[in-house]
Amino acid sequence: MSQRKRSKGLGCSQLLDGEDDSIPTQVERRSQEQLNQKVSELVQFLLVKDQKKIPIKRADILKNIIREYRDAYSEIIRRADRTLQEVFGLQLVEIDAKRHIYVLINNLPCAEGEQLCRDKEKEKMGLLLVILSFIFMKGNSVKDSALWEFLHLLRVYPGKQHSVFGDVRKLVAEEFVRQKATPAAPRPVAPGVPHGVRATLDSPQNTPVHPKTCGEGSPPALCRYLETTAIPLTDPPEFKYQWGPRAEKETSKKDVLNFVAKMQGKDPKFWASQYSEANKATT
Amino acid sequence: MAAQMTNAHRRFLQALMSNGITEGSEAKKLHQHCCETDKVYYAHDKLDDFISTINSHLQPLFMQIRKGISEDDGRAHYAVVNLAETEVTKMASDYTESELELFRKTMDLIILSENGFASSTDILNLADQLKTKKMKKKEAEQVLKVFVEDKWLSEKNGEYTLHTRCIIEMEQYILSNYQDVARKCNICHSLAIQSQGCESCGIGMHLPCVRKYFRGQTEPRCPECNEFWSCDTPGVSRMGSQT
Repeated sequence: MSQRKRSKGLGCSQLLDGEDDSIPTQVERRSQEQLNQKVSELVQFLLVKDQKKIPIKRADILKNIIREYRDAYSEIIRRADRTLQEVFGLQLVEIDAKRHIYVLINNLPCAEGEQLCRDKEKEKMGLLLVILSFIFMKGNSVKDSALWEFLHLLRVYPGKQHSVFGDVRKLVAEEFVRQKATPAAPRPVAPGVPHGVRATLDSPQNTPVHPKTCGEGSPPALCRYLETTAIPLTDPPEFKYQWGPRAEKETSKKDVLNFVAKMQGKDPKFWASQYSEANKATT
Repeated sequence: MAAQMTNAHRRFLQALMSNGITEGSEAKKLHQHCCETDKVYYAHDKLDDFISTINSHLQPLFMQIRKGISEDDGRAHYAVVNLAETEVTKMASDYTESELELFRKTMDLIILSENGFASSTDILNLADQLKTKKMKKKEAEQVLKVFVEDKWLSEKNGEYTLHTRCIIEMEQYILSNYQDVARKCNICHSLAIQSQGCESCGIGMHLPCVRKYFRGQTEPRCPECNEFWSCDTPGVSRMGSQT
C-alpha cells in the first residue's frame, strides 16, 4: 500500500522527465504535488527524529528525503518548517550552524503542570532541569566537582548506580553533553511515521538506532543540553559545566529562575543578579 | 472550510503523539486542559469536531488521529496513525531487526490463534529459530517485556495479545496482509484479534460486542446462523430471567 503511494510520486516525475529532454534544475520544474510529497516526507522524518531526541543532520535530510530534489532543498525545508509550526506547534531550528544540525523546538507556551518531556525521559529531564538551575544560579558555570557535590545532596552519586538514572556520571557527562556514537541512523525508504521509521518488513535496509534493546548501547541522546570545557592550567584536569546550545533554545533563564523560586517558596526577585540577568535575556 | 488550528489543537496533538495511545476520558480531560490553557472556546461535547479540525490539517501529511475500541473493556482510545504507512515498520527504528522479526512471528501466532492469544512458551520457542539473529530465551523474555511497556503487546496470565494501540495503528496492515485469517467482528465489522466464535458457522465477535449484543437474552443465539451461542457470554445471565 505504501509502495503504491510512493511510486505515484515517482511516476509523476518520470512523466515530466520524459516530456522534457533537459534535466530539470529549477524549482518550477517540480510540480506542486511532488514538492508537497517531499514536504510531508520531511515532516514525518523530522517528527520521528525529534521523538527520539536525535538532532537531525542536514546530510541525513539530503540523503534520505531530499535526494534528487536538491535544487528545491531550501523550499522544501521552508515549507516543512511552516507545516510543523502550523499543525504541530513545533519549529525547526539550527543549533549548529557549522555542522548544520537541527532540532525541533516546541513553540507552544509552556503550561502549568506540563512536563518538559515525555514518558521515560521525564525523570532524566527532571534531573537536567535541576542541573541547569544549579548552573544558572551559580553564575552560569560550575566546576565538575561542585556539580557532583551538589548532586550528593540529592543522593545522586557518580560512582553508584542510581535506581532511576542508572549510571549518572555517564548520563551527565555524556548523554546530556554530546551524542554518543550511534549505529547508522535508520534510512526511511518512504514516508516516516510518528513512532518509527519505515523500512519494509521483508527487506530491512538499515541498522536501526535501538534505544530500548536489552543491554545494548546507550539510550538515544538528550544531547547538547550541557556543555563541558576543560579549565586551563589545572592538574589533574578539571572541567566546568555550562548550558549547552539546546538548553538555550528550549528553556530560558527566566523559566529556570521561576522554577527555583517555586521550589524554595520565594519570589524570583530574591536573587537580584539572576533576576536581572534572566529578564535581560530575551528568548 | 476546515476550521483553523489553534495552539489548543497543537497542544492536544503533541500530547496524543507523545502518549502513543490515549484513553477516551483522558482525551476529554486533555481537550479541556488544552482549550483552557490556550484560551480557546471549549465545549465539552465537541471533542469530535476538535479532532476533525486537526485531522483536516493532518490529512495532507497522510496522518490521522484515529479512534479505536479496546477489545478488553470496549472503551474508546485515540492514537495518531500514519495512513501512507501501514506496516509493522512504524516500530522499525525503535527495535533491531531480530526484535522486529520476533514481533512479526508473535503477531502471526496471535492472529492465527483461536482466541487471539499466544502463550509465552510458544513465543519463546520461536526465539532460537529467528533468521536474522537467534535470540536466547532470556533475551526474548526481555524483548517481550519491552513490547508490553511500549504498548505493542499486552500480557495476561502468561499469554500475549495485541495491545489496543497496536490494533489501532496496524489494523489496515493486518487486514490486508492477513486477509484470509484475520477475523472481523460480525457486529462492528472492525478487526477482531481477541474474539469469541460461533462453533457452527465460524463467525467471530469482540467480547464487548458480545456483551452488548446478548444483553438481556437468556438464550444467546448466533446472529448469523441462529445456532445456540456456545461460548460464555460475560455479564449475561443464562439461568432463567432478567437483565
